[in-house]
Amino acid sequence: MARAVTRRRKLAFTLVGWTIGLTLFFPILWAILTSFKSEGEAIASPPSFLFFHWTLENYAEVQARSDYLLYALNSVVISLGSTGLGLLVAIPAAWSMAFAPSKRTKDILMWMLSTKMLPPVGVLVPIYLLFRDFGLLDTRGGLVAVLMLMNLPIIVWMLYTYFKEIPGEILEAARMDGATLAKEIVHVLAPMAVPGIASTVLLNIILAWNEAFWTLNLTASDAAPLSAFIASYSSPEGLFWAKLSAASTLAIAPILVMGWFSQKQLVRGLTFGAVK
Amino acid sequence: MATLHTRTTARFMLSPAVLLLLVWMIVPLGMTLYFSFLRYNLLMPGMEAFAGIENYQFFLTDPAFMDALVNTLLLVGGVLLITVVGGVFLALLIDQPFWGQGIVRLLVISPFFVMPTVSALVWKNMFMHPVNGLFAWVARGFGLAPIDWLASVPLLSIVIIVAWGWLPFATLIILTALQSLDQEQKEAAEMDGAGALSIFAYITLPHLARALTVVVLIETIFLLSVFAEILVTTNGGPGTASTNIPYLIYAQALLQYDIGGASAGGVVAIVLANIVAVFLIRMIGKNLEA
Amino acid sequence: MRRLACALIGATALLAVQQAAAATKLTIATVNNGDMIRMQKLTDDFTARNPGIELDWVTMEENVLRQKVTTDIATKGGQYDIMTIGTYEVPIWAKQGWLVPLDNLGPSYDVDDLLPSIRNGLSLGGKLYAAPFYGESSMTMYREDLFEKAGLTMPEAPSWDFIAEAARKITDKAHEVYGICLRGKAGWGENMAFLTAMSNSFGARWFDMKWQPQFDGKAWKDTLKFYVDLMHDAGPPGASSNGFNENLALFQSGKCGMWIDATVAASFVSDPKESKVADKVGFALAPDRGLGKRANWLWAWSLAIPSGSNKKAAAEKFIAWATSKDYLKLVASKDGWANVPPGTRKSLYDNPAYRKAAAFADMTLKSIQAADPTHPTVDPVPYVGVQFVAIPQFQGIGTAVGQQFSAALAGTTSVDQALKNAQALTEREMKRGGYIK
Repeated sequence: MARAVTRRRKLAFTLVGWTIGLTLFFPILWAILTSFKSEGEAIASPPSFLFFHWTLENYAEVQARSDYLLYALNSVVISLGSTGLGLLVAIPAAWSMAFAPSKRTKDILMWMLSTKMLPPVGVLVPIYLLFRDFGLLDTRGGLVAVLMLMNLPIIVWMLYTYFKEIPGEILEAARMDGATLAKEIVHVLAPMAVPGIASTVLLNIILAWNEAFWTLNLTASDAAPLSAFIASYSSPEGLFWAKLSAASTLAIAPILVMGWFSQKQLVRGLTFGAVK
Repeated sequence: MATLHTRTTARFMLSPAVLLLLVWMIVPLGMTLYFSFLRYNLLMPGMEAFAGIENYQFFLTDPAFMDALVNTLLLVGGVLLITVVGGVFLALLIDQPFWGQGIVRLLVISPFFVMPTVSALVWKNMFMHPVNGLFAWVARGFGLAPIDWLASVPLLSIVIIVAWGWLPFATLIILTALQSLDQEQKEAAEMDGAGALSIFAYITLPHLARALTVVVLIETIFLLSVFAEILVTTNGGPGTASTNIPYLIYAQALLQYDIGGASAGGVVAIVLANIVAVFLIRMIGKNLEA
Repeated sequence: MRRLACALIGATALLAVQQAAAATKLTIATVNNGDMIRMQKLTDDFTARNPGIELDWVTMEENVLRQKVTTDIATKGGQYDIMTIGTYEVPIWAKQGWLVPLDNLGPSYDVDDLLPSIRNGLSLGGKLYAAPFYGESSMTMYREDLFEKAGLTMPEAPSWDFIAEAARKITDKAHEVYGICLRGKAGWGENMAFLTAMSNSFGARWFDMKWQPQFDGKAWKDTLKFYVDLMHDAGPPGASSNGFNENLALFQSGKCGMWIDATVAASFVSDPKESKVADKVGFALAPDRGLGKRANWLWAWSLAIPSGSNKKAAAEKFIAWATSKDYLKLVASKDGWANVPPGTRKSLYDNPAYRKAAAFADMTLKSIQAADPTHPTVDPVPYVGVQFVAIPQFQGIGTAVGQQFSAALAGTTSVDQALKNAQALTEREMKRGGYIK
C-alpha cells in the first residue's frame, strides 16, 4: 500500500519535473533546432518541430564569414586567463580573511563587493583612454586583466566562505607539528579546499565567458571573443533567424557542455557560506 | 608570537587583492568624478571646460530619470521575486527522487550558461515576436490575438528574459542548502504529525534563510547593471517604459557621446547602488553572520 | 606582490608587442549588411593583386559598429585603418579633421562618375572624405498581385492619400496580410529615418533657422497622426518593434501589401532564393503631398580612413578597389548584375546589362536623384541631411524622439503627448548643446 503511494508520488514528480525541466530548456533547444533549418523554415508558421529539412548550411555560412575557432580560442584564453590570475590574487586574500580575521574583515569584504556596482557604461571612456595609453586595446592581456578585476570580489567571497568552514584547529595542529606556512597551505589546506576552489573556478569561467560589455567594446579583431562573434549576426539584412541560431549555438555550446560535465563540482561549492 | 607572525603574513597576503581592487576602483572612479564636473563631449573636442554641477543637474532633471529609477527597482525586484520563489520551488522539486532526476537537473541549470545577448536575441526573435514568434503562434492556436510582448509589456518581458537566466543560479544555491538539511529533524516532525506545509514553514524555510540572503545579495549586484538585454530587445522603449539607469547612462555615453553627462550619471548610479546595498545589508545582513 | 604586478605588466606588454610586429595588416570595420558580407568573400581578388597587404575584418551589427568606431576615432584609439560610416558621420567627422581626404584613389577611379547627390553628401569643401560603397534612397515597394486583386493601380509617383486608401483596402488581417509595413522601432536610424523623411513631405522640419525645435507645429502633428492612424488600421501587429530587418522578413514572407523603405531592399525582395514574393513586387517613388518634397531619404555606406591610421597608402588601395567600377564587374561575374552594390555610379545605370537584370534600377536612380541633403525641407532649415540632422547631438536626440513616437505607435501614449515630450526633450538637449539660449 505504502509502496504504491510512493510509486504514484514518484510518477507525479517525474511528470512535473520533466515538464518544468523541458520548459526551461526549451528556448535553448529551439535555438539549436532552428539552427538546422533553412531561413524560410525558421520563420514558417505553423512552426515545424522536428520534421523539417535538416541542413548544415547555416553553420557553413557562419564559418565562411567568420572564423569561429579564432573567436572561441580568444574566449577560452580570456576566461581561463582571468580565472587563473584571479585565483592567484584571491586565494591568499581569502586565506588571510578566513584564518586571521580582523575587525575590518567584514567591511573589506563588503567594500570589495561594492566595487562591482560601478556601472560599466559609465566608465567606458576612462577605461578606453587608459587602455589606449597603455597599448592594451584589442589585446587578450588587457581583457584578462579587466575581467579578473570584474570578478575578483566574487571569487574572494566564494573562497572566503569556503575556507571559513575548514576548522582552524587542523591548521593549529599542523603548525604545532612544525609545518611551515607553505607546507600548511599545500598539504593541509589545499586538499580540503579543492572542491571549493573547483567550483569557484567554474563559476568564474562562466561569468567571464558570458561577459559581453568589456569584451565587445575593448576589442577589434585580434582579441575578439565570442561576444563579438555574436554581434555580427544580431540583425543583418534579410532573413537571419537560422544563421543567428547557428551562431548562438556555436557561442554557447562549449560553455554549456563544460557546465553539464562539471555541474557536480559546480554545485558542491556554490554555497557562498549559505550552508553550515 | 605565532599569531603575530600570522597576522603580518595575513595582511601581506590580503594586500594584493585589496590594492588591485583599490586601483581598479579609484582610477576609473577618480576619472569619472573628474569628467563629471567637465563639459566634455567626445564629438566636440577642444570645447572642454569646467562645468560645476551642471552635468548632475542635467542628469537628475532628465524627464526620463524618475522612470528609469522606478524601472531599475522594478526590474531588480521582479527578477528577485521570480527567481527566489521559483528557485525554492524548483529546488524542492529536484530534491525529490524521481526518474531522470539527473537529466532534469541539467536541463534546469542550462539557462545559466547562456550569454545575456544570446538569450535576449533568442527570446525576442523566436518567442516574443508578435508575427513569427512561438508565443504568437500558440496564442493564435487558441484563437486569441497575439500579444506584442516587447511593445505592450516591455518591462515584464525583460524581467522574464532576465529571470530565466538567473533562475538556475538561485535553484542551485537553494538546492545545495536544502540537501544539507538534517533529515532526522524532518522525520521527527513528521512523526509528530506535522503536515508538509508546516514542515516547510517551520523547518525548511528557516534553514534556507542564509541561502536566500546570498541569492538576493549576489543577484542584486548583477541586476542593478542589467543592460545588454534592454539594448537588444527594446532599446529602452517604447517611450521610457523599459529604460533603467544603466540604459540612461548608455544613451548619454554612446549615443550623445556626452562624457560629462554620462560620468555624472555613473556617479549617481554608484550612489544609488550603495544606498540599495546599505538597505540590503541592514535588512538581511544579520543572516550573513557566521 | 610587486613581482606579481611586474609579471602582469610584462605579460600584457608582451602581447602588445606581438601584435604591433605584424606586416601591413589593414583592420577594416564594417556593417553586417549583405553587400559588405559579399565584399568580404570577394577579397581574394584584392589580396591576389596586392600581395603585401593582409585584411582583417571586424563585422558588426550597425549600432554596435557605430558606437565602436565613434569611440575609437574620437579618442584616437587607432584600432581601425578603414571604417564603414554613413552620410551622417562624414560631414561631422571631416570637419573635426578626423578623416583623410581621398584625393589619391588612382587614375582609373573616375570620381566624376559618382552620382552627384551622393558625392555631395560625402564631401566637405569640395574634397571627398569617404568613398561610397553603396547608396540608397527610399521608395515604395508593393505587391502587384494584391493590387490587381483589389482593383488598384499604383501610379509611378503616388500620393500619401492614395497609399493610405490602398493600404486599408488591401488589409486582410484574418489571412495575415497587412496593407502597409513601416518602420516603428525606436532609433535615429530606424523609425526616425523614415518619419523624418515622411515629415519633409508633409512640410515639417526639425528646426527653424534659429534652431528652435518644431514638434509643436501643425506639420509634425499631421505627420504623426497620419502615420499612427494608418499603421493602426493597416499595419502588422507589433509594428513598434519593427525595423528594417523585421519589415524585410515580413515582406519576404508575403505579409505586407506595401513597404516604404530603403532602395537596397529591392534586390532582397526580388531574390527568389529568399523571397516568397520575388516575382510579384512592383516599385514606385516614395509618396508626397503635393508640397514639392517626396518622402525619400539619402544614405550611403562609405569607406573612410581615420587620420590616425599609419597605413594610409594601403588603405587607399583597398578603398579604390572596393568602390571601383571593376568591383561592380567582379560582383556581376560572380553573383549576377542584380546583386552589385547599387546607387553610387552613373555608369552602372547606363549599363544595359544592369538595367535588364535589375527591374528596380530605374526607380532607384530616380529616388536618389530626388533627394537633396542640402535643401531637404519645404521651409528653409539651418542643417544638412534629409532623414537626419548632421549635428553631433542628433544620435541621442533622434533616438529619444524615436522612443516617444514608437510609444505613440504602440498606443502607450497619445500623439499629442508624444509630440509634447519630443519638443521638450529636444529643447533641453539643444540648450545644453548651446544652439539655443
